[in-house]
Amino acid sequence: MLETALKGSKRYWSLLIVLGGLAGAGFLVYLQQFELGLGITGMSRDVTWGFYIAQFTFLVGVAAGGVMLVLPYYLHHYKVFSKITILGEFLAISAVSMCLMFIIVDLGQPMRAMNVILHPTPYSMLFWDMIVLNGYLFLNVVVGWAVLEAERNAVAPPKWIKPLIYLSVPWAFGIHTVTAYLYCGLPGRHFWLTAVLAPRFLASAFAAGPALIIIMALILRRFTSFDAGKEAIQGIARIVTYALIANVFFFACEVFVALYSQIPGHVHSLQYLFLGLHGHNALVPWMWTSLFLMLLAIALLIVPSLRQNETVLCFSCIILFVGIWIDKGLGMISGGFIPTPLHHVVDYIPTIPEIIISLGVYGAGFLILTVLYKIAISVKEEVSA
Amino acid sequence: MDNSRRTFLKIAGIAAAGLTAAPAVTSLASSASPSKGGKVVRNPEALTAKHWGMVIDTRKLTTSADLEPIIEACHRIHNVPTFEDDLMMPQLPCRMAETESLKQSCEKVNEKIPKISSDKKRHEIKWIWEEEFHNLFPDQLNPYLTEHLEHLPFLTLCNHCANPSCVQACPTKATFQREDGIVLMDFHRCIGCRFCMAACPYGSRSFNFRDPRQGLKEINTAFPTRMKGVVEKCNFCAERLSKGQMPACVEASNGTILFGDLNDPESEVRKALKENYAVRRQPSLGTEPSVYYIL
Repeated sequence: MLETALKGSKRYWSLLIVLGGLAGAGFLVYLQQFELGLGITGMSRDVTWGFYIAQFTFLVGVAAGGVMLVLPYYLHHYKVFSKITILGEFLAISAVSMCLMFIIVDLGQPMRAMNVILHPTPYSMLFWDMIVLNGYLFLNVVVGWAVLEAERNAVAPPKWIKPLIYLSVPWAFGIHTVTAYLYCGLPGRHFWLTAVLAPRFLASAFAAGPALIIIMALILRRFTSFDAGKEAIQGIARIVTYALIANVFFFACEVFVALYSQIPGHVHSLQYLFLGLHGHNALVPWMWTSLFLMLLAIALLIVPSLRQNETVLCFSCIILFVGIWIDKGLGMISGGFIPTPLHHVVDYIPTIPEIIISLGVYGAGFLILTVLYKIAISVKEEVSA
Repeated sequence: MDNSRRTFLKIAGIAAAGLTAAPAVTSLASSASPSKGGKVVRNPEALTAKHWGMVIDTRKLTTSADLEPIIEACHRIHNVPTFEDDLMMPQLPCRMAETESLKQSCEKVNEKIPKISSDKKRHEIKWIWEEEFHNLFPDQLNPYLTEHLEHLPFLTLCNHCANPSCVQACPTKATFQREDGIVLMDFHRCIGCRFCMAACPYGSRSFNFRDPRQGLKEINTAFPTRMKGVVEKCNFCAERLSKGQMPACVEASNGTILFGDLNDPESEVRKALKENYAVRRQPSLGTEPSVYYIL
């Protein structure tokens, strides 16, 4: 099926060239980082994880979100999703690939990355994160490919694929749960030290991932012959609405615990993020924007007539995606490090090289996504022709 | 064709399985017969303990000037860098220019190459350093803190916790705990993921954001220098203990820092703890620090 990716319109190839250029620019700057070290980023002795790890965390959510299509279709036989589960699976492949690339660019000694496998350390959460991420990548590659191949040949998917599909459902929950465990098991980091972190991660994932699929489906309908169908898009929209409400609710739970208990360690990070602490307020406008966007999206999605209007729906999906990106891709990691365990307040601001490298990873990821979607659509065109 | 591909995949699969299993098998083999290649000989003069611990007498260390020689001694012998230059993009090698005019234009180009970071503090490496009471003991904030404690400088270092969260977090065992309680770093195994730094609730670890050798004026050849991209921290002078010497900070402290076996009731550290009121940092976190501060 790979050959279908090699035949495409001018528009398809220009998109590939743009994304490839972005990835190439990121790679060139990464060579600088490889030479000089992570000193070219904005990270410091106090805020030791920054933009890279935040993007990784956010994208694990996007990958896990794909399960919200697989689960209703395969577990509840919700036939409406039959055409688009492949979009969820292929989105997961590209998102997990970006996650792995973000981890690699964040390593101080990337040449030694295999040490995680050579010296397996089962009590380290990072070891398990490596297992679940690679496992999820494998599951989606195998399942997505086999189902699409069967569709192309107009036969039923092979029987052995069923257990893998069922396995992929809890696995999707697993990738974001284990990623939350990376943070919420650490002593002295009050902002992360909360049992609701994993559920909160999952809720944001089930909002952001499917929202991106809606956006993609609308783009595909506009520029290709592929139409997911109005009913399928509305089905996903309902899932997004519930998940987004759950996400904001979990956040409200955090705020209540911190503010009502008034335990300083729990209050300080929220204070830093939303009000500023000791004159440091780099993230304050961002966090309020994020909260505002998520609340606005809820208001728009919760009204049936607005949700059914695809223009409003698309707008809601974009703003909630941005809102969740700010929350997870900017605030979540900094909030855990600031204030530091020694009670210093040290701002973290990503540098330009760091942002170019991140854009490069996104470029590479969306290149993978474009190629995969091209294959999926070519197959569907072939079948219907 | 199909057949040969299948055979190839089979062989490749077996080879891959073998490669992954090999380290596990060899590590099992080596733990079963440690003395096959030769005997492990311990230096008979090495200092040993069941659990090493440190007691810092803050009553005698009252000014920054008291702390300075202690910090200096540690950082000097462990090749801990101090950066005086900004992190720069690579410069052109102007001294290789053949003519004077070429050299001048080369230097002009170099001047235009941007600095990446002029904030040297972000890349600081610290093994032992000075902080105030409210930084070390954030849970014991007291608006009416004694005049004496308010501005007393505290030596801050790795606590060599009995229950170290950094060891638990490290995905490659580059951070590990010895039987005598010392928490050590294997600089050659560290992948630079900095998970240990997120896990340490004491901010005791430093990361080599840039080449640390750029920050060394003189090098102590008896101790390794580090490379960029790895984490480092205080090692309780494990290399000195193995030669029968006390840690450098203890030697430089004129008796204000005590070091010894916390498991031995007769040791100097235990005697000091029996007679004086001492505190540890953030005991509620359960990491069981091995560094005690006499107030």
